[in-house]
Amino acid sequence: MNLLIAILTLVLLLVVILVISAPLRPARRAGGIIRTGEQAAENRAELEAAREAKYREIRDAELDYRTGKLSDEDFAATDGALRAEAVEILDRLGARERES
Amino acid sequence: MNPARKRTVRLVVALSAAVVLASALIYTSFSAASPALTPSQLIHQAQPGRSYLLTGTVVTHSVVRSGEELNFSVADRAGGAAVPVAYTGTVPDPFREGREVIVTVEKRGGQYVGERNSLITKCPSKYKEAPASEKQNS
Amino acid sequence: MAALGRACLLLALAVCVYGIGASIYGVRAGRPEFSESGRRSVYALAGILTVAFAVLEVAFLHNDFAFNTVADTSSRTTPTFYKAAAVWSSQEGSLLLWAWLLSLWSSLVLFLTRGRLREVAAYATAILLGFGGFFIALMVFYAQPFATTSPAPSEGVGLDPLLRFPTMMIHPPMLYSGYTLCTIPLAFGMGALLARRVDADWIRLTRRFAFAAWFFLGIGILLGARWSYSELGWGGYWGWDAVENASLMPWLTGTAFLHSLMIQEKRGMLKVWNVSLVLATGTLAIMGTFLVRSGVLNSIHAFGGATLGVPFVCLIGVLLAGSIYLVVSRRDMLRSEHRLDSLLSRESAFLANNLVLVALCFVIFWGTYFPLISQALTGKEASVGPPWFDRYTVPLALILVLLSGIGPAIAWRRATLANARRNFLAPLAAALMTLIVLLAVGVGEKPFAIGMFCCAAFVLGSISQEFFRGMRARGAMAGEAPPVALMALVRRNRRRYGGYVVHIGIAVLFVGVAASSSFQHASELGLSPGQSTRVGAYTVRYVRPTASVTPDYDSASTQGGRELSAVLRSEPGVTLAPDSARTGASLSLGAVLDVSKNGHHVTTLRPSEGYYDSGDPTQGSVGHFIGGQPVSHVALNAGVTRDVWSAIAPNIETPQLKRIIALGNKTLPFIRPGEGIVAIAVMAGAYIHNPPQAQFHFIVSPLVMWIWIGGLIVIGGAMIAIWPAPSAVRRRVAARSRARAAHGLVRA
Repeated sequence: MNLLIAILTLVLLLVVILVISAPLRPARRAGGIIRTGEQAAENRAELEAAREAKYREIRDAELDYRTGKLSDEDFAATDGALRAEAVEILDRLGARERES
Repeated sequence: MNPARKRTVRLVVALSAAVVLASALIYTSFSAASPALTPSQLIHQAQPGRSYLLTGTVVTHSVVRSGEELNFSVADRAGGAAVPVAYTGTVPDPFREGREVIVTVEKRGGQYVGERNSLITKCPSKYKEAPASEKQNS
Repeated sequence: MAALGRACLLLALAVCVYGIGASIYGVRAGRPEFSESGRRSVYALAGILTVAFAVLEVAFLHNDFAFNTVADTSSRTTPTFYKAAAVWSSQEGSLLLWAWLLSLWSSLVLFLTRGRLREVAAYATAILLGFGGFFIALMVFYAQPFATTSPAPSEGVGLDPLLRFPTMMIHPPMLYSGYTLCTIPLAFGMGALLARRVDADWIRLTRRFAFAAWFFLGIGILLGARWSYSELGWGGYWGWDAVENASLMPWLTGTAFLHSLMIQEKRGMLKVWNVSLVLATGTLAIMGTFLVRSGVLNSIHAFGGATLGVPFVCLIGVLLAGSIYLVVSRRDMLRSEHRLDSLLSRESAFLANNLVLVALCFVIFWGTYFPLISQALTGKEASVGPPWFDRYTVPLALILVLLSGIGPAIAWRRATLANARRNFLAPLAAALMTLIVLLAVGVGEKPFAIGMFCCAAFVLGSISQEFFRGMRARGAMAGEAPPVALMALVRRNRRRYGGYVVHIGIAVLFVGVAASSSFQHASELGLSPGQSTRVGAYTVRYVRPTASVTPDYDSASTQGGRELSAVLRSEPGVTLAPDSARTGASLSLGAVLDVSKNGHHVTTLRPSEGYYDSGDPTQGSVGHFIGGQPVSHVALNAGVTRDVWSAIAPNIETPQLKRIIALGNKTLPFIRPGEGIVAIAVMAGAYIHNPPQAQFHFIVSPLVMWIWIGGLIVIGGAMIAIWPAPSAVRRRVAARSRARAAHGLVRA
């Protein structure tokens, strides 16, 4: 029984070490290229998240208008502002894509 | 009034309201609170008309029920002075002699009257004191 | 096997320490492979703790009483379901559950965010492993789940009968899931501050985790309230006990966060506020965990004797100091991008909602920790009771419900005054009508209850209006029939309309709370069989006593069985209840109550009190059968308009019954265990023949069921809000929005 437990513990230890050290072993390392690639991916993810949020805002504003919470003038003003903000984000995304 | 000024005014008003409310809250908590006392403390300090939280252990063979009223004595956890309590209201399931209780009492005449439905009995432990043998590390 | 468990804990601790180091090194030195290794440490931790938890579960299921926790909380006769759940009924086991759940949720979150927010995630990993390591260190040094005694006892103490209810056993895992999930936004919040990245991506991810935490914590709180009401002998669902409050506080700040995060998303405002809320929620969750275990406050769960107080205080101190430092030192990147445009806007309403929620949290915090505060400030310990809590929370709750009806009817950024006036007309009319009806019916003496009913009517009016108008708008735009339009509307705007449903649920819940607390009739009754008495409009009659006996599971022994059957044959009033497997009470004494109103039969209630085996030989060979913790089995007749509830406290200390027990103790030796239960059957028979007066607790509460219904509506609304749109729909929407945005630029 004790031998079984010792073996189980050892196996567990081995599995843990394998799992944790996997990224550190030489075959996986690819250094700087991954890093800059990740950085670019992160910036893109952030912009995409901002874009989705802006789209949702535009749809919310339209729903607000159609359910009678905004007057015509207020809606036009809000809608225009939101669309301008959205286009700005799209431009930045486009620039990012052209870079990579 | 320009927007910046309006915002400052709003902020000041909001903060003042918060401070006033918080002060009211804090003030009333001190006057509405019942001090927690052990039986020996209660005997010495209790003033009639004020309510206190009595904490202690139910004394063995002291529990007598007469109709709606439950009479029992509460002693210090370490033993010693005991206080008789006349209580009406819900009696929690875990209540029995030897258990730790908290009950809100008020001194009326020579008696301590328990406030209705204020009896709390300790849930016999999930979280007991560790027995002596396990206390080595700590 | 205990050795394996102990080895797991040590290995887990080592993995935590390594993971913290690797993650931080990876992020500071720009070596992503180390951060990756740190993330994998969390997966490894989850694996190790799963093994440890399995070891403990198996020990419980196999009755391995060498384990101290098994011996303390389980026994051979405990039903299997409760054996499995008894793992978390002890301090040590519950710590293991907490750490295990933390590792599972952390693994899930880190897996879902792999490849995004690299730096933030690395710091978050370190913080989560820090929490994990803290709890594991507690288990290694203070409260060991795998401590053993040798030689192993042959039988355990058994699970406290008070915990032998299904709801009570599911409540801790639900609650712990909520608490551990609260630490994840905390970790990501601190990580974002450390990495100086509080942006749209962080918002998106943190919202999901905060939502999950809010969801599970809410379910845990509801389950606890339901257990308290339907199983415990006091008939209430909320007592402002320290432990209840501890779980409510992070839920309140979590709710505030979910709302104010929307403002940050839309306007880039309230960044400091949001980050502070996230940190506060996590810290309050840790404080909640601490409250139950440290014995620092007097409450149902813990009294006086401190056990884990010091380490927790240190942890909370570190959290507070760290949070304040981070927010202050990063304040330059937390500046608002915009300011509040107008007081008449949804942002304003959300801000007001936040302030009310935080005020509620503050009130509850102050009241809960008051014994410590007064001790620190005045040297004397004092507590505030439920009346103090009610005085401040009730008005705040009223304002909160009112706001939940105002928010949906106002637009973002800047609402038009004329439109706002029009939008509030119908809800105000609904509230006014409700007021008139209530006053006419004659319930004028309870102003707060009336206030709550009117606010709820306002909310229901406002939200119904929203659904109706939205449906009509969609129908006009897309040419769909009303039911189809409604479905499409909700499907395309899940967050909004799911949120509206949640608001409806909250309003309904508060209606139930207001009605059941303000208009309740409760009485203590002392009745003998045949007697009846009046409680309010109801008449309660004690029809007859009931008794049932459950032999222990071993005494299928024929000798004992025959004698028992013989006794029971001669006592027709006593039933044999072999199916008390639910709770395992040796003896159950109760009553049949007939409840009627105005001469019409309303319901028949059968409350009883279960007496359990204490396993304590000093109580005698017969006495021990009923010497354990008695548990009330309440009788509840739930109805749509009112609940009728009763509990009984039978008198088993009459001279006759005591004599039977004493006789049994003297004449029946322990060596024939099957016979002891026969004496109990005789006692039960005597009780039936000569029933003494019994004490009854009788409550009629209006509209209690609507609390649970409201809770279910909240859960339903939450699920609508969080349900992801199918990706095809999402792509279509995105493409169309893009085209229209570009079109807008041309037009402007």
